[in-house]
Amino acid sequence: MLVLVAAHAVAALVAPTLVRGLGRSAFAVLALVPAAAAVWIGLQLPAVLVGAPSAQPAEEIPWIPALGIDIAMRLDPLSATVSLLVTAIGALVLLYCTRYFPPDARGMGRFAAVLTAFAGAMLALVWSDDVYVLYVCWELTTVFSFLLVGHDAHKRASRAAAVQALVVTAAGGLTMLVGLVILAQAAQTTRLSALVAYFAGPAGGSTGSAALTAGVVCVLVGAITKSALVPFHFWLPSAMAAPTPVSAYLHAAAMVKAGVYLVLRLAPGLADVEPWRPLVAAVAVTTMLLGGLQALRQHDLKLVLAHGTVSQLGFMVLLAGAGTRDAALAAIGLVVAHALFKACLFLVVGVIDRRAGTRDLRELSGLGRRAPVLATAGILGAASMAGLPPLLGFVTKEGSFEAFLHDAYGPAAVPLLVLVVLGSVLTVGYSTRFVWGAFWRKPGVPTVTWQPPGLLFPAAPVVLGVAGLAAGVGVAGLAPLLVAYADTLPASYPALLELKVVPSIGLALGLSVLAVTLGFVVGLPRVSAALTARHPLAPVRAEITWRGVVHALENLSLRVTVLTQRGSLSWILTTIFTVLVLGPGVALLLAADLGAIRVDRLADSPFQVLAAVIGAACAIVATRVRRRLGAVIVVGGLGYAIALIFALAGAPDVALTQALVETATLVVVVLVLRTLPRDISDRHTPRQRMRRLLVAVPVGLLMTGLGAVALAARNAPSVAAAFPAQAYGFGAGANVVNVTLVDIRAWDTMGELSVIVAAATGVASLVFLHRRSGAPPRSEAQPSVSPSTRAGGWLSSARRGDGDRVLLLEVVTRLVFPTMMVVSLYFLFAGHNNPGGGFAGGLVAGLALVVRYVAGGRHELGEAVPVDPGLLLGLGLLCAGGTGVGALLLGGEVLQTAVLEGDVPVLGQVKFVTSLIFDIGVYLVVVGLVLDVLRSLGAELDRRRAEVTSRQEVPS
Amino acid sequence: MTSPIVLLGLVGVLYTTGVYLILERSLTRVLLGVLVLGNATNVLVVVAGGRAGEAPLVGRAPESAMSDALVQALVLTAIVITLGVTSFLLALIHRTWTLEREDDLTEDVEDRSLRRRLASGEQEDEEELDTTGCENVADTDPEDDDERSTEAAPDPAGHGHRAPAASTTGAGEDTR
Repeated sequence: MLVLVAAHAVAALVAPTLVRGLGRSAFAVLALVPAAAAVWIGLQLPAVLVGAPSAQPAEEIPWIPALGIDIAMRLDPLSATVSLLVTAIGALVLLYCTRYFPPDARGMGRFAAVLTAFAGAMLALVWSDDVYVLYVCWELTTVFSFLLVGHDAHKRASRAAAVQALVVTAAGGLTMLVGLVILAQAAQTTRLSALVAYFAGPAGGSTGSAALTAGVVCVLVGAITKSALVPFHFWLPSAMAAPTPVSAYLHAAAMVKAGVYLVLRLAPGLADVEPWRPLVAAVAVTTMLLGGLQALRQHDLKLVLAHGTVSQLGFMVLLAGAGTRDAALAAIGLVVAHALFKACLFLVVGVIDRRAGTRDLRELSGLGRRAPVLATAGILGAASMAGLPPLLGFVTKEGSFEAFLHDAYGPAAVPLLVLVVLGSVLTVGYSTRFVWGAFWRKPGVPTVTWQPPGLLFPAAPVVLGVAGLAAGVGVAGLAPLLVAYADTLPASYPALLELKVVPSIGLALGLSVLAVTLGFVVGLPRVSAALTARHPLAPVRAEITWRGVVHALENLSLRVTVLTQRGSLSWILTTIFTVLVLGPGVALLLAADLGAIRVDRLADSPFQVLAAVIGAACAIVATRVRRRLGAVIVVGGLGYAIALIFALAGAPDVALTQALVETATLVVVVLVLRTLPRDISDRHTPRQRMRRLLVAVPVGLLMTGLGAVALAARNAPSVAAAFPAQAYGFGAGANVVNVTLVDIRAWDTMGELSVIVAAATGVASLVFLHRRSGAPPRSEAQPSVSPSTRAGGWLSSARRGDGDRVLLLEVVTRLVFPTMMVVSLYFLFAGHNNPGGGFAGGLVAGLALVVRYVAGGRHELGEAVPVDPGLLLGLGLLCAGGTGVGALLLGGEVLQTAVLEGDVPVLGQVKFVTSLIFDIGVYLVVVGLVLDVLRSLGAELDRRRAEVTSRQEVPS
Repeated sequence: MTSPIVLLGLVGVLYTTGVYLILERSLTRVLLGVLVLGNATNVLVVVAGGRAGEAPLVGRAPESAMSDALVQALVLTAIVITLGVTSFLLALIHRTWTLEREDDLTEDVEDRSLRRRLASGEQEDEEELDTTGCENVADTDPEDDDERSTEAAPDPAGHGHRAPAASTTGAGEDTR
């Protein structure tokens, strides 16, 4: 079974390729898949009919064993019946598509894929025996139907209809999920068959809890939305925007039938739970009558059928939800009959639409004479819909009248029967309207222009129409399958209902005759026009409510957005900080054990006081300095003070990194800010300053309090207490911080590296705009350079005599650069056991590059590192990621460290720890970041300035 | 466990000044604010690690006397990330400057257009369509995309060009 479902998925995947190769004939190939499934089901029927559940074909593979959820499939009489319809009609519809679409139609590949996938999802839905698998398939059909309805995405009506269908059915599906969860919890199983058996059994009958009631209502809401019952009936007629084959499939076998299927599936267990019967009856009867009346008003043939479907769905759910054997038998019979005649009729309309160019029944005239075969198929379908003998529609309609005479819905049976007869009158009415509208000759309307559709185009509707006839005559052959399902429900009446084509004389037959006679009268154009002229249904137009709700939601979101997003960063930040102070701040005051804070230590050392005072002073001064560079340098001072604090707190690695980063930051900031005016513009009034202070001071107080409380509240030993032992034991390194970075918490570092790569890329993109990659600019070829000077190698670009070279700086650079590179490598390699590591090493190397850039100008950068910084970044990430994957491939955990020891000649004993490779990755990423920033914010800005100056010089 | 008052006080001062700076309109001050807030947070995390101890180097100090290695690793990462963020902010400042010759934050264009939409009561009229009346299924109305973002075409060279967004922002009814 899973193979067949998977075949649908595969077919959907290859469909676009097939369509590209074969054109519209590809649909015929795709039709083979559901056809194969139909044949398979047919072959399984004997096993299904044996009766014992253990003999039924079933498959399962574990999905989420921890929750007891398996991908379970089962073929019982109900799923066999419905899946036969799904696959057989699916195959016919796909076949029909080969002629429905013009050979050069746009988007056919996508359409074919989605339609096949939709058929597969529907099949899996019907077969699934697990409530969660059922839900997944349910939502899959929702999504695929969204794509199918919105196939003509360039039309507004299509888009709106698709969104409407999606929102309504997905909302219903989510509600249903809640219901399924409740039911599955109550029954202690997610297996659908077991769940139904549980509720049908003695344990289920006594459970009248509120949770169960809620569960039943939620599940029914799912079915009601899916089956387009009142008050969600409006999405189905809107979905007529879809291509006609889709409409046929949606209405006849898939999508809306999923709701009916769910009711049929659960009725044996849940029909006795309290709100089930009243809810189903009220909703279904309203839908039946409303849909019938609406159908009489339509002029578009497709809409006549669509509202007819709504009406029929009401009828089907009414019967399916009754929970008695006879009603269930009538219901499943009606499902089959409806699938056959509705698919037939829609496909007939599709042919008419394509070949006559219209489907407005006011413009169609005399089509019956021009296309007798098609008309025969259409009339067969309509007759089945109206319930004329000897078609299947008649058999099932007789059966449903009998079911109500057999006390379905107990005491409500008689009033409901009256309403059902009324519904049948309407059904006969719109069936008449359909036949008259599509095929009759109308006075005063010119006969339509008609292109003969060929043989294959009307084949599918003819097959379906004839099938309705054959199934009616040969209902005895079909009955065992239907009865097998119906027998799972309790009988409500001593005499069991049988489906048979020769009616027994009785009340049911009389009612049928009455309904047909009245229906013909109602169907007369004049009568139906008079009946519906006064818009008796205006108050029930749920679609108006729907639109109102959508509007209100949109308006609300707009208002909320406008209220909170004021377009100004400081406003948004103020909001955030205010919430921070009012929320966690107040909670801190109210809940925290403030008494536990002990203030007994001023500082750890005098230097700490000194550093803190310097830091605080720098921060305060920074708010007042107007000189741009001055402010930056003051903030840099703060950074160095903090580095001192870290060093005093026993964090040499952090202090080292902080000092290096502070230096790099200073350089980078100065690089950019040199292009800006000297002073920061200060446009704030004292009142605004006051307001900002009012936000800032509470935040500061809150964070101080937070720090104090967090420390006081701490009662568990630190996680890091075990780190030293782990670091030396598994990470083979003495520097705990470094081992933490490259081994114990290497995932964090991986994430950080990605952030850095993203930031570097962002910087380069913002500056370069057009091209991202490329090495830093190198100096132009210099023929005058003699071999001896060439040997000197670097700082050659400074030698060209740019005006702003600084001799002292050049000399210092020559002295310092090699040393810095050696130090950086030392940090990298020694970092595992001593302060240092990839970050510090990379930063030192970066600073060495900064020195060369500052001394030698923008070309010097390219001379020093003639590679694309992106390459360094990528290589670094590859090193880091490679360590993880490598460890995995060698059988360890991701990012696990291995230690290799061995004797190397010359060097003696060497110990190599694989996390060094990770650290090299870190090193490369950091160097790449610095290089990228220098290239973008340094060299590129230099180039632009040089351009501007030269452009200004030329004209003067 | 306690912590030195001096450090807690420093955290408070840094947060206050950081928030004060970041609420400015000048992008440079916003950048400074981000730097100060980054430092403040790092100090807070280190303070939360508990009493200062010896450097966490195995073999150099007894394990019980070591300072918390985890917070150090976290802070170390944060410091380097701050460098990345700073660079990115700088690139933004550079971009704003080349485009608008201004170092100030400007009002968000999209937010302003939203406000206008609300004021004029304009709605997405996608749903206005009577989708039940399928007679108009055949309508092939031209694409109704209202191009709202015409203002956002940046000048690649970006010299001396003031985007139209900036000119109308001067009034700044909501910006401060």
